[in-house]
Amino acid sequence: MSSNDYLKTMGAPSFDELERAGMLPSLADLAGRGCVCVECVEEIPCNPCETSCPQGALVVGYPITNLPVVDRSKCTLCGLCIAACPGLAITIKSVEAGNAKIRFPWEYLPLPAAGDEVEMVDRLGEAVCAGKILSVNSAAKNNRTAVVTAAFPAAFVQQVASIRRKRHGTV
Amino acid sequence: MAKAGPAGLCAAIELKKAGAPVILMDENGAPGGQLFKQIHKFFGSREHKAGIRGFDIGKELLAESIALGIDVRLDTEVVGIERGLKLWAVEKKARSYTEEAAAIVLATGATENALSFPGWTLPGVMTAGCAQTLINVHRVLPGKRVLMIGSGNVGVIVSYQLMQAGAEVVAVLEALPRLGGYGVHTAKVRRAGVPLRCSTTILRAEGKESVERAVIARLDERFQPIPGSEETLEVDTICLAVGLTPAIELSCIAGCSQIYVPELGGNMPIHDEFMRSSVDSVYVVGDLAGIEEASTAMEEGRLAGIHAAHAMGYLDEASMSAKAEETRRRLSALRQGAFGQKRFDAKRRILEKKAAV
Repeated sequence: MSSNDYLKTMGAPSFDELERAGMLPSLADLAGRGCVCVECVEEIPCNPCETSCPQGALVVGYPITNLPVVDRSKCTLCGLCIAACPGLAITIKSVEAGNAKIRFPWEYLPLPAAGDEVEMVDRLGEAVCAGKILSVNSAAKNNRTAVVTAAFPAAFVQQVASIRRKRHGTV
Repeated sequence: MAKAGPAGLCAAIELKKAGAPVILMDENGAPGGQLFKQIHKFFGSREHKAGIRGFDIGKELLAESIALGIDVRLDTEVVGIERGLKLWAVEKKARSYTEEAAAIVLATGATENALSFPGWTLPGVMTAGCAQTLINVHRVLPGKRVLMIGSGNVGVIVSYQLMQAGAEVVAVLEALPRLGGYGVHTAKVRRAGVPLRCSTTILRAEGKESVERAVIARLDERFQPIPGSEETLEVDTICLAVGLTPAIELSCIAGCSQIYVPELGGNMPIHDEFMRSSVDSVYVVGDLAGIEEASTAMEEGRLAGIHAAHAMGYLDEASMSAKAEETRRRLSALRQGAFGQKRFDAKRRILEKKAAV
């Protein structure tokens, strides 16, 4: 296991650390239908991503501290793993005609709504570009983790991790 | 059974399922221990109830114990254990009585550590667990701008939950040069824009009637504040997430031999692979037997329950061994990897000391 110095001092993984864990998709992977992005570079005892996947495309195996491995040929991008991951470490990203999309887990109130103009943020919480909410899925099976889809300019697809949280009482 | 947190509940459930009469005593007004303030989805695998939120696990365990007809005595504090397994209990701070048992499972949990610094007695300084109880059980936001001291899982999980409750977390400080909690937890807090600052500590809290500011400073490699690195943060709440200590008092009264294991929180009663302490028929489980997590506590509780049921003649040797083996397999699955290995090694030292006694 690598030392993950950036993760263990900054709090979020660097591109290098993701790359080393085989968890940084290439632009080719992200093109078109896109791919699932799992950012789980530490060996922790956890495998709900694996059990949530109806296709067997996400594998942790035994011991359950193994890092998850995605078989992109099996993944249908259904997104069930996004809300299943207790670490909120899974997103689905895609790039098409200069526009990027991200489907990500969201557990703050107020929930964003389709059409909202938002600020997209990177893994350190810094604003990187403007974005727009396309949909919000609060299905019961997601167990109170909403799955939100947002669109933003393709140039920022590798940096974007989430949206800026709206503060209570502010806009 | 003393205390009805996740470990105590699971031990009681295993005993009752085997047909043993069980009394579950807890000084609190409601069972479940700390489970009901855990609003996040648990880690582990499906058999550890992974992906389920802590309070839902608590509800499941309560429903199971009610369905089994376990005698749960709330507002009942166990204040003493005499030789011959005689428990002294105080009910509703009014009635005192004794109860004789064939086996006792101690599941007394842990207490949060404090950190003292000038200003630490000001209103607004509290443990992270206290803040978590306020927001998730009582739905009271203790403050609007929070400074979290400690980056272990408790510190980062409670930071996240404070933001969910509507507070701003101004920073998470960590005295060590590296963050303690799981990377996925720190990443969650970081992408919400919270600075996580290693080699940094609090020097003092300031304020007239309650916390108004915190003065923090960077630490050198010998954990001494670096002069000139002081900064002032405008905060109204300071949360301390600086570790837990096993609540060993009852186990000491019962005469259980103790061991000092710093990685697991300090002094704790020694135990064997069935969670038996050094005192005959007294079992120790959960955070009392070393600080880990609710998921490990539940498995330890089951182990003790299974063995105690066997020892009292409610479960034959073969069923007991099979169930215990299965439970231990689930336990060891939770103690793998870099985070688990340290706890696994520490737990082995406890077992070795028990074997030597």
